[in-house]
Amino acid sequence: MKTAEIAELLNEPACAHNRNEKSGCARTKPGATAGGCSFDGAQIALLPIADVAHIVHGPIGCAGASWDNRGARSSGPALYRIGMTTDLTEQDVIMGRGEKRLFLAIKQAIDDYAPKAVFLYATCVPALIGDDIEAVARAASARWGVPVLPVDCAGFYGTKNLGNRIAGEAMFKYVIGTREPAPVAASAHRQGIRVHDVNLIGEYNIAGEFWHVAPLFDELGLRILCTLSGDARFHEVQTMHRAQVSMVVCAKALLNVARKLESDFGVPFFEGSFYGITDTSQAFRDFARLLGDDDLAARTEAMIAREERSVRAALEPWRSRLAGKRVLLYTGGVKSWSVVSALQDLGMTVVATGTKKSTEEDKARIREIMGEATKMITDGSPQALLQAYRDHQADILIAGGRNLYTALKARIPFLDINQEREFGYAGYGGMLELVRQLALTLESPVWQKVRAPAPWHATPAAGDALAVAGAPDA
Amino acid sequence: MPEILKRAKPLAVNPLKGSQPIGAALAFLGLRQAIPMLHGSQGCTAFGKVFLVRHFREPIPLQTTAMDQVSSIMSADENVIEGLRVLCEKSRPEIIGLPTTGLSETQGCDMLRLVREFRHRHPEFSTTAVVPVNTPDYNGCLESGFALAVEAIIDTLLAADPVPAPAEGVRRQLNVLASSMLTPGDIEAIKEWIEAFGLQPVVLPDLGDSLDGHLIDQESTPLTLGGTSRAAIATLGRAVATVVIGRSLHQAADLLQARSGVPDFRFDHLLGLDACDAFTVTLAEISGQPVPPAIERQRAQLQDAMVDTHFMTGSLRIGIAADPDLLVGLGQFLAGVGGEVVAAVASTRAEVLADLPAACVCIGDLEDLERAARAQRAQIIVANSHAAPSAQRLQVPLLRAGFPQYDWVGGYARTWVGYRGARQALFDIANLFLGNHHDIPVHRSIYRVGDDGDAPPRAPSDAGLVHH
Repeated sequence: MKTAEIAELLNEPACAHNRNEKSGCARTKPGATAGGCSFDGAQIALLPIADVAHIVHGPIGCAGASWDNRGARSSGPALYRIGMTTDLTEQDVIMGRGEKRLFLAIKQAIDDYAPKAVFLYATCVPALIGDDIEAVARAASARWGVPVLPVDCAGFYGTKNLGNRIAGEAMFKYVIGTREPAPVAASAHRQGIRVHDVNLIGEYNIAGEFWHVAPLFDELGLRILCTLSGDARFHEVQTMHRAQVSMVVCAKALLNVARKLESDFGVPFFEGSFYGITDTSQAFRDFARLLGDDDLAARTEAMIAREERSVRAALEPWRSRLAGKRVLLYTGGVKSWSVVSALQDLGMTVVATGTKKSTEEDKARIREIMGEATKMITDGSPQALLQAYRDHQADILIAGGRNLYTALKARIPFLDINQEREFGYAGYGGMLELVRQLALTLESPVWQKVRAPAPWHATPAAGDALAVAGAPDA
Repeated sequence: MPEILKRAKPLAVNPLKGSQPIGAALAFLGLRQAIPMLHGSQGCTAFGKVFLVRHFREPIPLQTTAMDQVSSIMSADENVIEGLRVLCEKSRPEIIGLPTTGLSETQGCDMLRLVREFRHRHPEFSTTAVVPVNTPDYNGCLESGFALAVEAIIDTLLAADPVPAPAEGVRRQLNVLASSMLTPGDIEAIKEWIEAFGLQPVVLPDLGDSLDGHLIDQESTPLTLGGTSRAAIATLGRAVATVVIGRSLHQAADLLQARSGVPDFRFDHLLGLDACDAFTVTLAEISGQPVPPAIERQRAQLQDAMVDTHFMTGSLRIGIAADPDLLVGLGQFLAGVGGEVVAAVASTRAEVLADLPAACVCIGDLEDLERAARAQRAQIIVANSHAAPSAQRLQVPLLRAGFPQYDWVGGYARTWVGYRGARQALFDIANLFLGNHHDIPVHRSIYRVGDDGDAPPRAPSDAGLVHH
């Protein structure tokens, strides 16, 4: 990939990070860098497309530690969970046999697994030795009649975020717009309900959480042409250009796809989230508004009223247990305020939130939701997080898996909200799982037992600052 | 000697292998106040970190030289110097491990020169040791990367000069070189075993002290929270002997012996009665002490378990996929209780594979294991967590071993070695077999009469029934 192309991807016009002099994605610093590379980002974004053979072209380091480790669920094919890599050897690198191996690897994948398409992910080593995966993809496509497309995402191009955009760009360049959607099945037609076609972009169906929300789409007559990429199929991605509206779910990473769908195909988009009652309802209202269908709007309001009533009733018993609990939230980026809304729905107080990846706009929004006094944390180091936890007398840390063991080693309650988690929190139904998980960690009897010193130690030793006063639990 | 089937497929499907840089990083994580920094793109480190965090359920200190597009093309030398400086400045580690990756090796890097240059430009950080090691991920596997790092640690941190003899009254030291097949639980067991003979073990690298998973008083640390200290490494030459566990460490052992002059005793593994006996005899010889009664008792317990479980382990058709040391260890252990290794897959070639008790071993991936296990009607699979879907498709139980074990709590803490470890492994294998016992299909005679003709057949393997 050329420097100019990377620069263009970094300069995502719809991304609020680019509105001031600070560039979209900062450069990395040796010895002080966390987070994945572009290959990681591209793979995360596309891997949930379930009927595709995902081939990682590179030595074992890239696929070996990353295959089948995400929580995205499929309702049908499981091909995406089969790890595939060319596992390049030293001889391949020295003798330049990478392209040939890749070409034959594609044949093997097609012969053995009959994929609907093959995605090739380029990694650092083949990029450095100049393997032309675009040419290999073209030749393999022509030879075997299965769509084979290159995702040029060498790790050294940059961050995970850039990789997400590269993935989006590849979908736009090679897949979207190559098929017309099938007509709505006769059996799916219902009297008086007009069907609208929509896209979801940046929703990954982690732990199957989107299935909490999906039935409501059916009820309202919203046909999801494609989710990029949770529980998606290749043929669905091909038809995304025919949607009437796209929703960008909870992430700026695939914003380029939404923007190009708007500019090239006139598909309007909005940004929203399915975390929390308020945001979930707002998302459905935004669909109705952008689709301009009065009947849909009326049915949407009725559905929202019904769902909110029912979920609020179900949450009632939990409310007294969680209300007033103080949360330190460290997610970075846009996810912050969508989770804040979910926690506020439960009567919890978010005492501070991470804003390392947030834009000025995000920060303004956080102030609006949480009040001017809200502490924003930019330093995400374990020490800084723990300091903030103490300073704000928080009761729980909610963050990504990277900080899981930071919290546990410090003996503090934790809730994981990233990609590898095992529980789904989306939609109205997801709120019930969220409260269960929150209560489970907040109220766990283990904290007191691990904070208290051993009975034979006269003075408390471990976790002084956080220790609960009083004698150890007998 | 098994026939070794070379990799025949262009595409690896459901990879078994972990990379050399991760193996090297793991070895450095067994050193005290240390942090590894991979010389590559930030993804090499991020993937490695997730891999290790999910396996050990611990925070893992691991950094990167963060090669980007410009440095990947022009030169990444400055990234190494800068990364070392930043790490020293931030957390003053005792040791920085510096494994290379496929990316930096393809570009070409002279790590020894870069470390010299760092020394020259930053004399203020002279107290931090830097251990470079070449571990491209287009060669070898986790086990070989680990072994290369152990060799580099000895090479860099063990001075050639003989160490002064120990003072009077100091307990006699026994060095242990421990291969990547050993879990933190294994290392703990080995240390207790050695201490039972009045010897003082120094384990290199000591994952049992750093990644055993224990809460500490400090809330967080940017470095390893245990492991072999630099001071302990400096004393390796003082020991009465070295025991080497794992054939992958032979090159490192040769270096240690040449450098320290300490005689060594080499074991391919410590799994099962025979291997445990050989180790115990050696400890008795080195220490000049009789075998303690407690160990005699554990041995007798293992023998009892072997007798109890031989109904389940005898003729058990086993499929194993692992790095070479572990594969051979498990294979010999299970063959020693009557099992048959009918499907064997190794991540890479290694000399030790010649000793695997199987007709053939395939250098390959978990797809190869699944195919061989299906063709050979394996009854149990022993492999890492990635084999869970394979085991499900084959409808056989999975015993998790090796890296990574992300869907299983405490895999890192499991003790395989020693008499007690072997006993527990036999119990577990026997239970897995019983849980998956296939009853003989019911036959209902055409002549039989009665009113239960349409009743569904009883569920197989009713609780409480004993299947032999």
